[in-house]
This record gives sequence, structure tokens and C-alpha cells, in this order.
Amino acid sequence: MSNFYSDNPDIEKTIDALDLGEVAELCEEGFRFAKDNDFAPENREDALDNYKRALAVCGDIAGNRIAPTAEETDKVGNVLNEDGTVTYAPGIALAIKLFGQSRLSGITIPYYLGGLNMPCVMLTACNDIVSRADASLMNIFGLQGIAETINSFADEDIKKEYVPKLCDGTFTGAMVLTEPDAGSDLQSVKTSAWQDENGNWFVNGVKRFITNGCGDVLLVLARTEPEFSDGRGLSCLLVERCPQVKVRRLEHKLGINGSPTCELVFNNAPAKLIGQRKRGLITYVMALMNGARVGISAQGTGIGEASYRAARDYAASRKQFGVTIDSFPAIRELLCDMSAELQASRLLAYYSSKCVDLELGLEKKFASLKGQPEAQAVRARMKKYAAFNKMLTPMAKYYASEMSMRAANGAVAVLGGSGYMKDYPVERYLRDSRITTIYEGTSQLQVVAAIAGVTAGLYNEVVSDILEGVDVPADLQAAVEQAKALCKEVDSAVEYVKAHENGKAYHDLHARELVDGAIAAIIAALLVRFASKFPEKTPVLEYWLKTKFPMAGAELAKAKSGYVASVTDFAKIAPAPVNED
Amino acid sequence: MNECKESRSGGYNCVVCIKQVPDTKKVTGQAMKADGTINRAALPAIFNPEDRNALEAALSVKEKHGGTVTAIAMGLPNACEILREALMCGADKAYLVTDRKAAGSDTLATSYILSCAVRKLNPDLVFCGRQAIDGDTAQTGPQIAEKLGFAAITYLEGLEMDGDYAIATRNIGTGIEKDRVKLPALFTVTEKFGELRPYDVRRVMKYKKAKAPAENGGVALEGDRAIGQFSCDDIGAEPERCGFAGSPTNVNKIVSVVLAGGDYKEVPATDEGIAHLVSELIADHTIG
Repeated sequence: MSNFYSDNPDIEKTIDALDLGEVAELCEEGFRFAKDNDFAPENREDALDNYKRALAVCGDIAGNRIAPTAEETDKVGNVLNEDGTVTYAPGIALAIKLFGQSRLSGITIPYYLGGLNMPCVMLTACNDIVSRADASLMNIFGLQGIAETINSFADEDIKKEYVPKLCDGTFTGAMVLTEPDAGSDLQSVKTSAWQDENGNWFVNGVKRFITNGCGDVLLVLARTEPEFSDGRGLSCLLVERCPQVKVRRLEHKLGINGSPTCELVFNNAPAKLIGQRKRGLITYVMALMNGARVGISAQGTGIGEASYRAARDYAASRKQFGVTIDSFPAIRELLCDMSAELQASRLLAYYSSKCVDLELGLEKKFASLKGQPEAQAVRARMKKYAAFNKMLTPMAKYYASEMSMRAANGAVAVLGGSGYMKDYPVERYLRDSRITTIYEGTSQLQVVAAIAGVTAGLYNEVVSDILEGVDVPADLQAAVEQAKALCKEVDSAVEYVKAHENGKAYHDLHARELVDGAIAAIIAALLVRFASKFPEKTPVLEYWLKTKFPMAGAELAKAKSGYVASVTDFAKIAPAPVNED
Repeated sequence: MNECKESRSGGYNCVVCIKQVPDTKKVTGQAMKADGTINRAALPAIFNPEDRNALEAALSVKEKHGGTVTAIAMGLPNACEILREALMCGADKAYLVTDRKAAGSDTLATSYILSCAVRKLNPDLVFCGRQAIDGDTAQTGPQIAEKLGFAAITYLEGLEMDGDYAIATRNIGTGIEKDRVKLPALFTVTEKFGELRPYDVRRVMKYKKAKAPAENGGVALEGDRAIGQFSCDDIGAEPERCGFAGSPTNVNKIVSVVLAGGDYKEVPATDEGIAHLVSELIADHTIG
């Protein structure tokens, strides 16, 4: 048993290296809340100290209370009762209570609604810590986006009715989007909502694969405008748990067994409209989804952390041929790769969260400046981070989730036969990690989301932003040059792909290589920043440059190869299986 | 556990006595000084584990029935660390009892001083941990109750409130006993009552700045971040009953016991072998 924050100095170092001073000042709106709330911070130092203390509380709950329950939670899962309600696994029920008591269920929610008014990067760090203890719990803990969406878009009455209860753990929530025929393609949602003569809304339909669909507050994407068959006809409605909503089925999944995945039936369930009609998918769900993607980047990081630790500890104690197996170069390489990718994933996840905070904070600041001379400069920076986020959020989700699979897979490899057994937790990490590359948009869809920023060359600006104001020591200057050189290689591959005669098909086929190249350069810049502040991280930076840059180069070479047969000769290379029936 | 039969209007005022103790789980070779006393510098100071359960008992009463929770700790100003922890978990008020006259108190003097402080706070329920991990006496709680004339319920594992009565579930070693007790009463709590809840982060943000006058150049903070402070005079404790003067306990000798492996003997797993072992143990007075 240990505190999952204090036993993992990398979390604090990552936060220190990213310097959250400005983020704290924006969140606290110039520390104006301290006047009326004796718990609100008075200055940057006070706020940063609060952040670390909050993480220590999270680390205590996760490490000392939740981690010991994770194995049982995985085994027993949640139970669907005959009346259409769900009983949580004991560890999950305990966690909801503890996180409510600690108020960590409302990290980013404003003070007046019962939250902690902390930045998104703090939610990311907590999700990282929680996922190391039990990845499936993050699916409930991380649903703080429900409260955020209500806070951002709903009427004041609805906010005051629901948000405080989501912050103190009285309620949990769910985002109720997907249907049997509307998964990645949410525009085709069929669930409908109608309004009676008094203006009351009611929801009808079936939703599938709903994480925590048994929660108390359901944000439902439903068609309110039957005349539009696409995304323009969808609105966001809040349905409170009631007899007109039943959980019809709990899915049996490969992993994250503590997270109840529900099929929900709505039978004229009373609902409240959130925000404006027709903006359900286009505005609200997109915002919710971006937040959820940031969450998965943290979940992947946490699973990576758990996997790395299990593998590193095992390798240090397991003896074969008279020595511990961590003395073998092949095992060392596996562990070095896991460690470097884990640190990279954390840096990218936290940095992309910081950029979300800067966008939201600068937006608020711009609104408050009301045409004062400095307003335009604030707006320009806000727009810069908004553009970054469109690329960075999917990149962070994509990188962390893929990393978590490699890490869990590597951990099973290090543990060998034992790793394949239920006696060790690594097989659970492997099963849990697999979903992270699928939900909130598959890896392939993250590439689609990130590629526009990459073809616009945005990674160059991101690298400059990361290194801005960093006092890079002389011995790391060469690394900066290497990161910039890789950016140039990506530039050149982007030009090639854009100019290719096969146009969109070639672009879509090679988007992944371009995104991977840009991610490798961005992470190198983050590692330079990390090592500039913490010189003990220099070997990790060097490892990155020596092992990941050549691979990025090879991928970019593939993008510039002109090879297009995966598309044009698809049936020859991947013939359809003969079906003898 | 803890179901309400009938709450009392206004709830219950609870006082929790907590102690800062050296973390005896982390005992090393430097844990004891040459004179046989604890080397406090070598051991981290922590919130006595069963006092955490006592605080949870008080907070759960407040949560269900309303009222207040006040934490008190006797000791040097360092003990404010655990008072801040209590405030971060949900205690409404905290008091440090600190006085040079209290130095060297044994359980009799300590319970006397604490009873004077508790009396001043006029509680309905008093909670203590079953025992502290430094002395392991389990005497202080019941001795406080005796001095206050309160009923003492030891080994508390569960609690229900019923108007002016509490229904206590206590472990008597061979089973579970349920006692209906008229308030005011004192309870000593074991870990089975349940773990202390986590810090409320909002309270962490607030009470990290809480201080007692002893930590602030003798000046009390303004507002509710102030940790209250009592001297022996403040609580009307008679000097001859405090500290060394009020402590009849005499420590004759302290021996640093170093556990080391010695001889061993194999006992055959037969009836004769076991019978022989038992008669040997009776002969050397290990059992019997």
C-alpha cells in the first residue's frame, strides 16, 4: 500500500516542468475568488501548493483504498438487478463515496457549484493516478465531463440542481450517445425527444455501450428536429434516473469490468433540454468528447504506469540462470522502452491538458477585458491554443492509448508464463488497455482528427511553444536541433503527400506516418523541457532521440515512397476469405 | 451500523482526543536513545492509528445526526499537524493542550489534564482511540471517563444513536456486546469501526493555513482557521496533578530487546511429539 502520488515523483516533476503558474492565474481569474472563499488560493504559489495537496489526496485514495480492491472488482464486476438497476462492485461503490467525500469528483467545477475550480491538467493527473489503481474506475471517476457540460451549457437552475450533487458524489453521470446503428457515426442517432404542450420534454429510444448508464444523471443525445436526419437535428437532454429508464443489459467485456457498460431503454422518460436545440452534437457533444479524449490519454498513462512498475519489480526479483532477469539486455531494452514511452505519454497528456486550460482561461480573460487594448493579444493566444488543441488532444489520446497496450503487452512479456496467469495483475492491464484505443474515437479516428493540424505544419509552432522561455542548457542544444530537424522531415513528407497524384486516397493512407512523425518531434521538445528542469531526465531524452527518431524517419520515408497499392491493389493483397457455405 | 433510531434536535457535540505518536512501524536501530527513551527524531510523528478511527466515529455521528466535532490533542506545538489533519477531514474546531507543566505526564496525569479540557467543551460524546501505539496502555480513555463521571465503552466497533442514548457495539474478545448507554459517554474505538475518511480537498486548501498561537509567536489567528490553545491554567488543571508531579508511574528499567534467531528444535508431527512439546512448555512456564 502506498500513496500513488508521493511514490511517483514523475507526476510532480511533469507538473513542475510544465509550469502551471499562468494556468492557475487564469483559472482563479486573477485570484479574485479568495475574497469570498476562505479556501480559494491567494496567489500562484498558494494555488500550485493546493494542486499538489489535492494530488496527494487522490494518491492516498487510489493507492491505499482502491488499488487493493481492483482485483476483486475485475472478478465480480457489476450486477444487473431484475428491476433494471445496477449494483456496483464493492470497490467501485467505495471509490464513489471516497471521491465524493474528498470533493475530487468536481475537480474543474467552479467553487460556487461545489467544485475545486482546478484546471483540466489536474483532472488529467488524477485520472492518471486513479487508472494506475483501477483503470475501470477511471471510467466513472473521469466522467466529470458530465458536470462540466452542464456547467458550460445548461441554464443556471439546472446547474444548481445537479452539479453540486455530482461534485460531492451523491450523483454519478453518463454521456448517453451511441446506439446500435450509431457508433462512430453519431449523426445517425435515432433516439428521439418530443415536447408536450406545456413544453416538457420526453425521450424515447435505445442506447447501447453506455458507460455508467446506470448513473443518476444522463446526458442524452436525441433527435428533437425530425426534419433533419443529420447532426443538425440532434439536441442534448438531461434525463434523471427514473422508472422510465431501464438498464436492459450489461455488456460482458474483455476488460474494465468495474465499469458498467449498459444498454438503456428510454420509454417517455422526462427530460430537460441542455442549452439550445440543434446544438447537441455539433457543439455540446464535441466539447464533451474532447474532454473525454483528454481523459483517455490519462487513463492510458495510468495503465502504462501500473504495467511498467509490475514489470520492473518482477524483473528485479525473478532469477533465471542464476541472475535476476533484469540483467539481460533484451529485458532491459523492453523496460527502457516502457519507461521512456510512459514518461513521454505523461508529458504529452499533461501538456495537451495545459493547452486546453490555456484556451479556456484565455477565452474567459478575453471576455472580461471587453475591448481593452490588450484584449486582441489575449484573443490571438486563445486562438493559437484552440488550434493546437484540435491536433494535440487526439494526438495525446492516440499516443497514450497505444502506449498503454504496448506497456501492458511488454509487462506480460517480462513476466512470461506468470504474466499470462490470473495470479498477477498484468493480464488485467492488458485486457483493460485494449479498450483505450477504441472508445472516444478509435486510434484511426484520432489520426483523422489530428491530420489537419499536421498538414498545416502546426507541430512547428507547438515545438516552439513548448521550448518558449525554457533555459535549455548547452548540452541539450543539439537535441533541440534534432527535434527541429525532425519537424523539417515531417514538413517535407507533408509536401510530398499533398502533391501526390492519388490525392485524398494517398493522404488518408499515409496520415498515420505523418502524425507519428509529428508526435515524435513534439515529445522530443517536451523531453528537452523536462531534462532542462530535471537533468536526471537527460538519458531518457537521449534514449528517445536514439531509438524513436530513426523509427519516425522510416515511417516518414514510407509516406514519401509513393506506394499506394494498399488502396489500389487491396483485393490482391488482402483477398476476401473464401466462404464455402 | 450507525442507523438512527431517533436523532436529537441540534445533533450531538462530539469531542475526539487524538495523539501524535512516533511511527513504531518504522522502528530502526536508532529508535531508542542510550537512556532507554524514544528517539523521536529518528521516527516520523504520525496520527495515532486508532485515533483516526475515533475521529471517523465522531464524523459519522455528525454526518447522520448533525452537531459538532471538536478535536483535542495534548503535546508540543508539533501536535498541531494532526489537528490540521482532523480539520481537513471534517472536524469543526481543534484545540491544542500544551503546557510545560504537562511535561512527563503518565496516563493518570494525561487523563486528568484531558478530562479538564473535555469538561470545558461540554460534549455529549467523547471518542478516543483504543490505545496509542507508543505506550499501548489503553488506559487514558477509560481514565478520562472516570474523572468526568461518564460511562466508558471500550472496544467500540459500531454506534447507533437513540435520542439521549447511544447503542454501542463493542468487542468483548469472546463475542460482541451491545450496550445502551445514557449520554454523556466516552468511547474507545478500534480499527474495526472503519477507516477515517479522506481529506476534503476544500478543507485542505483552507486548513493548511490553520495555526495555534504556539506556532505563531503566541498570537491567535483571526477567523475559524485558528487552532485553539489551552494551558493547564486555562482548563483549571491543578499543577500538582499534572506532569511529573501528577505521575505516580515510575519506570524501573527499560531494556532494548534485540530479537535474534537462536536454537531450534524439530518436533515430530505425531501425538507423542506434540504431547512432549506441551509438557516442556508447561515445565518452563511458557504456558499453564
